[in-house]
Amino acid sequence: MAETKEYDVIVVGAGGAGLRAAIEASAHGVSVGLICKSLLGKAHTVMAEGGMAASLANVDSRDNWKVHFADTMRGGQYGNNSTMAAHHAREAPDRVRELEAWGAVFDRTQEGRILQRNFGGHRYPRLAHVGDRTGLEMIRTLQDHGIHQGVDVHMEVTIFHVLKDGDRVVGVVAYDRERGRFRVFKAKAVVFATGGIGRAYKVTSNSWEYTGDGQSLAYHAGAELIDMEYVQFHPTGMVWPPSVRGILVTEGVRGEGGVLRNSENRRFMFDDIPDLYKDQTADTPEEGWKYTQGDKESRRPPELLTRDHVARCIMREVRDGRGSPHGGVFLDIAWIKKNLPDAENHIKRKLPSMYHQFKELAGIDITKEPMEVGPTTHYAMGGIRVDGDSQMSTVPGLFAAGECAAGLHGANRLGGNSLSDLVVFGKRAGEHAALFAKENGWGTIDQGQVDSAQKTALAPFDRPTNAEGPFQVQYALQEKMQDLVGIVRRDDELKQAVDFISGLRTKAEAVGVSGNREYNGGWHTALDLDNLLIVSEAIARSAVQRQESRGAHFRDDYPEKDESWGKKRSVTRKAADGSMEVFAEDLPPIPSELQQIIEENR
Amino acid sequence: MASVTFRIWRGDGETGEFVEYSTDITEGMVVLDAVHQVQAESANDLAVRWNCKAGKCGSCSAEVNGVPRLMCMTRMTDLPTDVPVTIEPMQAFPTLKDLVPDVSWNYEAKKQIKPFKPRTPDNEDGSWTMYQEDVDRVQEFRKCIECFLCQDVCHVLRDHHKHEEFVGPRYFVYTAALEMHPLDTEDRTEELKKAFGVGYCNITKCCTVVCPEGITITDNAIIPLKERVADTFYDPIQWLIRKATGK
Ligand SMILES: Cc1cc2nc3c(=O)[nH]c(=O)nc-3n(C[C@H](O)[C@H](O)[C@H](O)COP(=O)(O)OP(=O)(O)OC[C@H]3O[C@@H](n4cnc5c(N)ncnc54)[C@H](O)[C@@H]3O)c2cc1C
Ligand code: SF4
Ligand code: SF4
Ligand code: FES
Repeated sequence: MAETKEYDVIVVGAGGAGLRAAIEASAHGVSVGLICKSLLGKAHTVMAEGGMAASLANVDSRDNWKVHFADTMRGGQYGNNSTMAAHHAREAPDRVRELEAWGAVFDRTQEGRILQRNFGGHRYPRLAHVGDRTGLEMIRTLQDHGIHQGVDVHMEVTIFHVLKDGDRVVGVVAYDRERGRFRVFKAKAVVFATGGIGRAYKVTSNSWEYTGDGQSLAYHAGAELIDMEYVQFHPTGMVWPPSVRGILVTEGVRGEGGVLRNSENRRFMFDDIPDLYKDQTADTPEEGWKYTQGDKESRRPPELLTRDHVARCIMREVRDGRGSPHGGVFLDIAWIKKNLPDAENHIKRKLPSMYHQFKELAGIDITKEPMEVGPTTHYAMGGIRVDGDSQMSTVPGLFAAGECAAGLHGANRLGGNSLSDLVVFGKRAGEHAALFAKENGWGTIDQGQVDSAQKTALAPFDRPTNAEGPFQVQYALQEKMQDLVGIVRRDDELKQAVDFISGLRTKAEAVGVSGNREYNGGWHTALDLDNLLIVSEAIARSAVQRQESRGAHFRDDYPEKDESWGKKRSVTRKAADGSMEVFAEDLPPIPSELQQIIEENR
Repeated sequence: MASVTFRIWRGDGETGEFVEYSTDITEGMVVLDAVHQVQAESANDLAVRWNCKAGKCGSCSAEVNGVPRLMCMTRMTDLPTDVPVTIEPMQAFPTLKDLVPDVSWNYEAKKQIKPFKPRTPDNEDGSWTMYQEDVDRVQEFRKCIECFLCQDVCHVLRDHHKHEEFVGPRYFVYTAALEMHPLDTEDRTEELKKAFGVGYCNITKCCTVVCPEGITITDNAIIPLKERVADTFYDPIQWLIRKATGK
């Protein structure tokens, strides 16, 4: 018998969203259990670099929530859930100040307020930050505050099944990584804050945790996923050496004045500026530089256009033979020494971990030489469909927040809007999960569901290990997703990917593992395969469906935006027969008061 | 491409042995890449922790050729490869399995430390005014990625097993970050002396040497904390004030 624990609210995930949700639920007086796959403080949030967007207006007094809202909607190409975008812009400043009250120490302005920096797609300097380690500051602050709020933390525990009583969620089944023992967590409400899907691709900035567990388990539990075709490829990942390919190079480098050049030494980003952003983009390199140095009359350099666009421009340069030696382009921050007296120390102070990362991993001194960068799979805009106010999914009692939830970012996320998303919607999810738990008593756990989930989880031990192993199956998927469902997509290739995924499912179901249940990486990877296959299929099939290019989704065979598609979103759900169903539905109209804000800020 | 031999600890704290594996090393590889390659090729059930692969999360700490380091930031070119590369888990903690130590003691140690308690906000919106020069010192401590390498190398824990009486360098850094936070109003001097055992530290600076974040643990955190303790406990005027105010 698996050990059973009971909590009013279970939060799965201890990144920014999960920690904030747990703290909030606990503040509402319910018992809270927090579960995470890694050790506490190691979730993906720790890696975030550039900052957290909030219209504090400390650096530019013209900023306010309405501008932030309009920027977010424009960045998302109006595919966003406008209710969420409005909540996010309105509440983000309070959430930043709250972190300060819990001990976070952000970089300061001359006047002693929280400093804010420029980032792509944000009209004004808006990102509260700590050098280039903002995520560390956020997670540590929430962790150090959270451990004193009466939350029970279960580290290195992986959930692999959602338990239901009729329509409603009543708990989860998990194994502890250390011993491989099963655990049942009974709950009145469950919050998923499990992060993204980057491990479905070969080149990614994401860690092993990002196997789409939350999305896939919610899907199996009957929840709808939306916007799955929108996967953000960050324009600047490391490209060399091969073993670090994909590791992120923060947009903060460009925010501090870094420029992109091709092998002909040309600032190619000036060559293609989308109409939507023409009025907001600098005409000359001089104007762009002034903007990065805080000149309020200047407009932003084209390097700070939205990520989808910058990534495609880099792809174009590489494809047309103007790339760097290792298949990227050059990102140069060292050049600022022409304009700044103490540039070397300035770079080290503003971008310490970038300096360290290139020095240690690539043997490059970024204060002296340019970096080589190229696109890397970074973030999932799509995910679990939630109600814009409560964060509840389409399954009663199951909530979602942070990267695994969808809606806020539409077709493309602006940098810095994730960290703020985590705390704004983490708080909301925690609050509403607590309310749900108070309003609804305990459900009943069906032992049959528990038994069958455990049996499935143990099956890999009973299978022969002579076929392809779990790692090989994972690599095969990553390879194909990278090639066929990447930045530039085509109907025939996407369909080929869908077929490939279904073939790979057969192989995944034949994977055997050796050894015992204790901290067995092979077994864990084998269990992650279903999650990866579900999200990959959802991405590929949503991408086949959307016959236009919008935001992060670019179709070579439909390179333009299509107005009728612009009014639709993709929905993925599990059909009654167990197969995957993908369809398009109309986006709800944007409420008139929000539409007006968009118009005022065009 | 060259094949390199690794001696990797397999087993738990009580029983186990070094097992040799060979794998091909290519340009730019770090030790963690090699371990992953061994795991994928010939030891699927090898236990190893990691997350960021960029020195940001502090998960992949281990002892490489006897030196505590982050495996993801240790390039293969920095190691001699004509002899086997030895990799074992951190020795100051019990081993769970292979390269994975049981670091739960650290989380318990942190819980004893009184949390941040700010003064009332300076501004109407609930925020405070602090200048960069006031926070520089604390920001150095807040760079800590909780890799526990400093805990691993400290002889008070590693050799003398004072885990009950001594919180270790990581938590002096943490306490210093709280004590020197411009907004904090809490006093942790008494427990620093008693429960946290700052007196056990004899300033060998081994912790500072291994810190991958380059935090000057001893000079900037521990010595000032020791001075606070000395001032409070051995300064008769301070002692009288404490008596009188009950602090
Ligand atoms: C290198 C990098 C830099 C970034 N920089 C920025 C930035 O500057 N600004 C910004 O706004 N955004 C940034 N992002 C994006 C942002 O960091 C992430 O989107 C965000 O941190 C996700 O937070 P989260 O709380 O949703 O999930 P995470 O922090 O990823 O946490 C997920 C949690 O879920 C747990 N979990 C997952 N599956 C299971 C399971 N099956 N069972 C139990 N637990 C599970 C994990 O263990 C983990 O604790 C960056 C991302 C990367 C990769
Ligand atoms: S300086 Fe003190 S804390 Fe650091 S390793 Fe030496 S004894 Fe331990
Ligand atoms: S102080 Fe340095 S060595 Fe110690 S845990 Fe923190 S980062 Fe690691
Ligand atoms: S994997 Fe994060 S520090 Fe090594």
